[in-house]
Amino acid sequence: MTRSWWKIVGALLVVYTLIGGFLFNVPRLNIVNETVRALYFHVPMWFGMVAMFLVSTIYAVRYLKTPSIINDTHSGSFAKVGLVFGLMGIVTGMIWANYTWGSPWHGDPKQNGAAIALLVYFAYFVLRGSVNNHEQKARLSAAYNIFAFAAMIPLIFIIPRMTSSMHPGNGGNPGFNMYDLDSKMRMVFYPAVLGWILIGTWISTLIIRIKIIDEKIYELEDKSH
Amino acid sequence: MLYRLFLKELTLELKRKSVISGLALYLFSTVFIYYITFSLHQNVISPLVWSALFWATMLFTAVSTVAKSFIGEKKGQDIYYYSIVAPESVILSKIIYNFVLCSLLGFFGYCLFIILLGNPIADIPLFALILILTSLGFATSLTLLSGLAGKASNSTVVMAVLSFPLVISILLLAIKATKNCIDGLDRNASYDELLTLFAINCLVTAMSYLLFPYIWRS
Repeated sequence: MTRSWWKIVGALLVVYTLIGGFLFNVPRLNIVNETVRALYFHVPMWFGMVAMFLVSTIYAVRYLKTPSIINDTHSGSFAKVGLVFGLMGIVTGMIWANYTWGSPWHGDPKQNGAAIALLVYFAYFVLRGSVNNHEQKARLSAAYNIFAFAAMIPLIFIIPRMTSSMHPGNGGNPGFNMYDLDSKMRMVFYPAVLGWILIGTWISTLIIRIKIIDEKIYELEDKSH
Repeated sequence: MLYRLFLKELTLELKRKSVISGLALYLFSTVFIYYITFSLHQNVISPLVWSALFWATMLFTAVSTVAKSFIGEKKGQDIYYYSIVAPESVILSKIIYNFVLCSLLGFFGYCLFIILLGNPIADIPLFALILILTSLGFATSLTLLSGLAGKASNSTVVMAVLSFPLVISILLLAIKATKNCIDGLDRNASYDELLTLFAINCLVTAMSYLLFPYIWRS
C-alpha cells in the first residue's frame, strides 16, 4: 500500500481531469468553441507517448551496457504502452480535426509526422518478431530503439515547426498560451499530463510482471518434461 | 585501416562488375518506365511530379544499393573481420563507400532524368549539393539498418520496414529544398533545409558509430 501511492495519485488525477475537462469553464473562442476541451485529452497522450518512449530508450541503453533479460523486457513493454498512447493521440486528434478542420485526416505536417513516428515503432515490433534468438533479438532491438528515438526527434519536434501548419501553436495559429486567457486551463492540463504518465507507467509495470511470470511458468514446464 | 577497408570494398565491387552494372540498369529501367507510362513524347510532367519521381527513385535505388552491404555477406566472413579490425572502422568504411556509390548513382540518375524527363532545375550547383547531402543521409542511416536487418530472418522485408519511416525526414527536407531549386529562389531560402539535413547526417553518423559495435558482436 505504501509503495503504490503513485498509482492511486495517477488514478485520482485522471478521474479529476475527466470531470474537470468536461465540466469546468473554458474560454469562448471562434471556430474552436467547445472543442478546446480536446486539449485536455489529446495533448497529454503525446506527453505520455514521448515519456514512455524515453523510458524505453533508457532501458535500451541500459541493456547494451549490462545485457540482462529484465532490461529488455522493460524496454519492450514501455515501447508498447507508448505506441498505445500514440494511437490514442492520433485518434483523439482526428476526432477534433473532423469538427474543426472539416475532415479527420488533413495532411497537416504534425499529423504526418506523428503517423511516421508510429510507423517507426511498429517497425521496432516487426524487428523483435523476426529474430528468433532471444539474446540477439534483445541486442538488435535495443540498438534500433536508440536509433529510432534519435531519428524521431527531428521528425516530430523540428520538421513540423519548419513548415506552415494549421495545428494550434504552429505557424501563427493561437496555441495553448493564447487560449488559456486566465490560466484556468492549466489547472486541468498539467494534472492530466502527470496522471496519464503515471497510469502509463502502471500499465507498463503490469505488462512487465505478466511477462516475468510467463517466463517462470515456461521454465517450470520445461523442467517438468 | 579505414582506408584499407574502403579499398577492399572498392576492389570487391570492381571485381564483380555485375552488381554495379545491375544497379545502373535498375535505375535506367525505372526512368524508362516513367518515360513510357507518362507518354512523355507527347506530354510534359509538372516540376513537382518530376521532383517526387526523382526522389522516390533515389530512395529505392539507395535502399537496394546499401542493403547488400551486410545482407549479401557470407557467414564466416564477419567473424574473420571481427578478429582483425575494430567494428568502428568497418561501419565508417562501409558508410563512406556507400556514400560514394549513392552519390554516383544519384548523378547518373539525374543525367537520365535530364535526357528522358527534362530538366526543371534552375539552380544546378545547389541541387548538386542537395544530392550529395541526401546521399550522405541515405548512406549513414541505411548502412546501420542493413547491419540490423542482416541478422533478422526475412532480411529484405525487415530492411524495407525499418528504413522507410526513418529516411522520410531526410526525403522531406530534400523535396522542400528541391522545390526551392525548381522555383529558382534565392539560395538563402534553402539555407534552413540544408543545415537541418547536415545536422541529421551528423546525428545519424554518430549514432551508427556508437551502436554498430553492439550489433556486430553477435
